[in-house]
Amino acid sequence: MIRHGHGITCDVHIYEKIKQMKLKKSLAISETGFVFDPSTGDSYTVNPIGLEIIQLLKVGKNLKSITKIMTQTYDVDHNTFERYYYDFLGMLKQMQLVTLDD
Amino acid sequence: MIKSNLTIAVSGLNNVDSPGPGISVIRGIRESEVIQPWIIGIAYENLEPGPYMHEFVDKTYKVPYPSEGVDSLIERIQYIHSRENLDVFIPNFDSEIFVFIKLADRLKQMGINTFLPTLSQFEERHKSNLSQYGKKYNIMVPKSQSVTSIEDIEDLRLKSNISYPLLVKGKFYDAYIAHNTEQAKIYFNTISANWGLPVIIQEFIKGTEVNVVALGDGKGNTIGAVPMRKQYITDKGKAWGGITLDAPSMLEFTEHIMSSTRWRGGLELELIRTSKNELYLIEINPRLPAWVYLAVAAGQNLPDALIRMAVGQNVPPYRGYETGKMFIRYSYDMICDLTEFQKLSTIGEL
Repeated sequence: MIRHGHGITCDVHIYEKIKQMKLKKSLAISETGFVFDPSTGDSYTVNPIGLEIIQLLKVGKNLKSITKIMTQTYDVDHNTFERYYYDFLGMLKQMQLVTLDD
Repeated sequence: MIKSNLTIAVSGLNNVDSPGPGISVIRGIRESEVIQPWIIGIAYENLEPGPYMHEFVDKTYKVPYPSEGVDSLIERIQYIHSRENLDVFIPNFDSEIFVFIKLADRLKQMGINTFLPTLSQFEERHKSNLSQYGKKYNIMVPKSQSVTSIEDIEDLRLKSNISYPLLVKGKFYDAYIAHNTEQAKIYFNTISANWGLPVIIQEFIKGTEVNVVALGDGKGNTIGAVPMRKQYITDKGKAWGGITLDAPSMLEFTEHIMSSTRWRGGLELELIRTSKNELYLIEINPRLPAWVYLAVAAGQNLPDALIRMAVGQNVPPYRGYETGKMFIRYSYDMICDLTEFQKLSTIGEL
């Protein structure tokens, strides 16, 4: 078990799992931040930063490269970004937009 | 291409908040590339909107309810046929299907084609037979129990091992979720008063309701199938908005039912998809649903295919459809002339 930066206790395996997760191939993502899952009919909207991360995931970038791109583009340090990244991916997982095997 | 002229009678014209499928079926037929239709509306009530929607319905005849006796219904159809020379008759109400299956041979002798399931196909898929249906065709279904008296509700847990919450359903329409015996009894009384007995008690399966509209050729082939998820549901449980899905498992499920039952005609599958992606069949409606025009818009004109098969044409199966196609139902105040209402009310024709 590890204690993460903002006080949430998590199993280290969850982070490892999240790292391996891939965006569902069938997702339709518009330039305006509209995300449509054709297998469930659910749709979501993401803000511009979320959209940028989703687009990077879609082209197969991993956590390391996404972190590098985002910390170079925005005023955010490595640890802070990673924390938000895990939160975001956790949300995508809950919405079943990422899978381990897709 | 020269289109063939066909005179087609269509019922289910009650295009209200819980609409019948008639107008959607007609919209599909009117978009056919091979049929030039003359649409005869079949109405049971003077205020069904369909008869007044002249862009869809060319001429309407009122008919007596089948419950008033088959003889008076067939007599009325004979009269309509003598005036219009019907080629095809499409009944669209659940409550009509049984009668029209029984009448199919007589209609055929008169020169009127139908494209309906067989009596055994129709009977075995009744909500009250769902458990046996699941076993016979190896598909997952919720536990169900037909009840005919309020006392049966007390013994549900013992007799059928169905616990609360559970669904209380009418044999044709209506379904309520009951969280305890008192609620189940109230819904039993409401449903039995409206739809008669038996009332069906069904296990509540947690998941997302998804639906498929499909057409079978009666030889085991699926001529078309389009899966949909309701996005907005009315208080009557009807779809007010829906979207087509990319769901191979739902199509496999449909093809399994079509091939193993050799279903003939249109149907709607009501399914629950659980969080583990299991599909439970909760109901088969033995006709095209009111949302069938979504399938037409997504690339599968199932009403057109049904008509063509009814007149004996060989229709190749549809392959594919557009995913993410949506429908949003709306209400509209149509302004009608009193003379039209008067005509339909008094002479039964419009």
